[in-house]
Amino acid sequence: MRYSYYPGCSLHSTGKEYGLSVEVVCQALGIELKELFDWSCCGATSAHSTNFKLSVALPARNLVKAEQQGLDVMIPCAACFNRFKSAQYHLAADPDLQKEISETLATPYRGGVAVRSPIDIFHRDFGLENLAARVSRKLEGLKPVSYYGCLWLRPAEVCNFEDPENPVMLDEIVDSLGAESRKWSFKTDCCGGSLTISRTELVENMVGRLMRMAREAGANCIVTACPLCMANLDMRARPEEELPVFYFTELMALAMGLEEAKGWFKLHCIDPRPLLNSLDLL
Amino acid sequence: MKSFLDEVNRRVNGVLLQNCFHCYKCSSGCPMADAMEYNSNQMIRMAQLGQKEKLLKSSAIWLCVSCETCVTRCPNNVDIPRMIDVFREMALEEGYPPAEKGVIAFHESFLNTVKLNGRINEPIMIASYKLKTGSYFQDLVVGLKMLLKGKLSLFSPRTRNRTSVRRIFRRTSRS
Repeated sequence: MRYSYYPGCSLHSTGKEYGLSVEVVCQALGIELKELFDWSCCGATSAHSTNFKLSVALPARNLVKAEQQGLDVMIPCAACFNRFKSAQYHLAADPDLQKEISETLATPYRGGVAVRSPIDIFHRDFGLENLAARVSRKLEGLKPVSYYGCLWLRPAEVCNFEDPENPVMLDEIVDSLGAESRKWSFKTDCCGGSLTISRTELVENMVGRLMRMAREAGANCIVTACPLCMANLDMRARPEEELPVFYFTELMALAMGLEEAKGWFKLHCIDPRPLLNSLDLL
Repeated sequence: MKSFLDEVNRRVNGVLLQNCFHCYKCSSGCPMADAMEYNSNQMIRMAQLGQKEKLLKSSAIWLCVSCETCVTRCPNNVDIPRMIDVFREMALEEGYPPAEKGVIAFHESFLNTVKLNGRINEPIMIASYKLKTGSYFQDLVVGLKMLLKGKLSLFSPRTRNRTSVRRIFRRTSRS
């Protein structure tokens, strides 16, 4: 299996352990990643909130590079994924826009590259049974709730991913690692996104509710696949409400016995090592 | 002459806002509802009634987090997040005083950093945000923590062909 790879800005900074774990896990599973040559930012919330054409052109610059590389592109960041899918959606629906954006880029945009999530690639392309066969240390005692947030799922006809109200692939992935995922009703609720800097108190309330609801569902940790959800959950939880948060790829690496995993947990603000030690998983 | 509603519909380029029958599903599921002075279906009603100034001056349009829950649940497929993006663009184009200065300062700092580097460099973006808002002491502890963990790098890799990124900004610029 080979894919182009778009890490996006977060995976080099606040989401460092997500980027590292995606790369290590893919290597161990024999999934080849080819980083998009000289990629640029997707524009995120700030572009689409202020300038529609900019919000299409910025991902389009990278989509054209993916076309040139001739491989489908894996995007681990939910926000980047959403911006890429949204740009593709608008470009496919509006030939005039496609023409204008091609002129803006000074390169024709043709489309035809699939934008893929690692969740989907591990679950569907690699397969759960194959994944379970690679587990050398079952994550027994780990009881995560899976937290998708918004941007993998909505709008459904743009993301074309999973059931937007009850997605299950993340649950099934962590269960195949030997963990016991808990059911809860908040897996697709919002973390507050980019308001974390400008309206921190609103985000603290949203994160607090997620943490309380996860606890109520009997979870001892939260699993995410988005660097922005991670940043908010990990940095904006009040001390009395904290639960450790993992990227699902960190748990994959841990269950597969990959040594690198042990170095990532110290990068979290909410230290997950006491929990992992208590379950004898480190 | 085109009405405000016509102009918003043209720019949303989807289902007409007139299709909303005010079932309140959007507002019921909105995670920001209690922080906004107008709920999502109220905003649609205001657009229907042509209450442009009230809308473009509101905090609500800047507090929407674009979680897309409303449009996912709307029985008529009214694209409320896109409608709110249109309100934001119009407010900026027409120079309405921003009700949420911090939110706009964040977007400007973010996009200026992308224009400069092709990618986000968090320390530069945050420094620019703090200069714009004067919030020098906010998040110092957590920021320092991230810096010590090596998660905020002053010299993160930039896009090499920054000219091509600047071209995008120039060609999509409103002015």
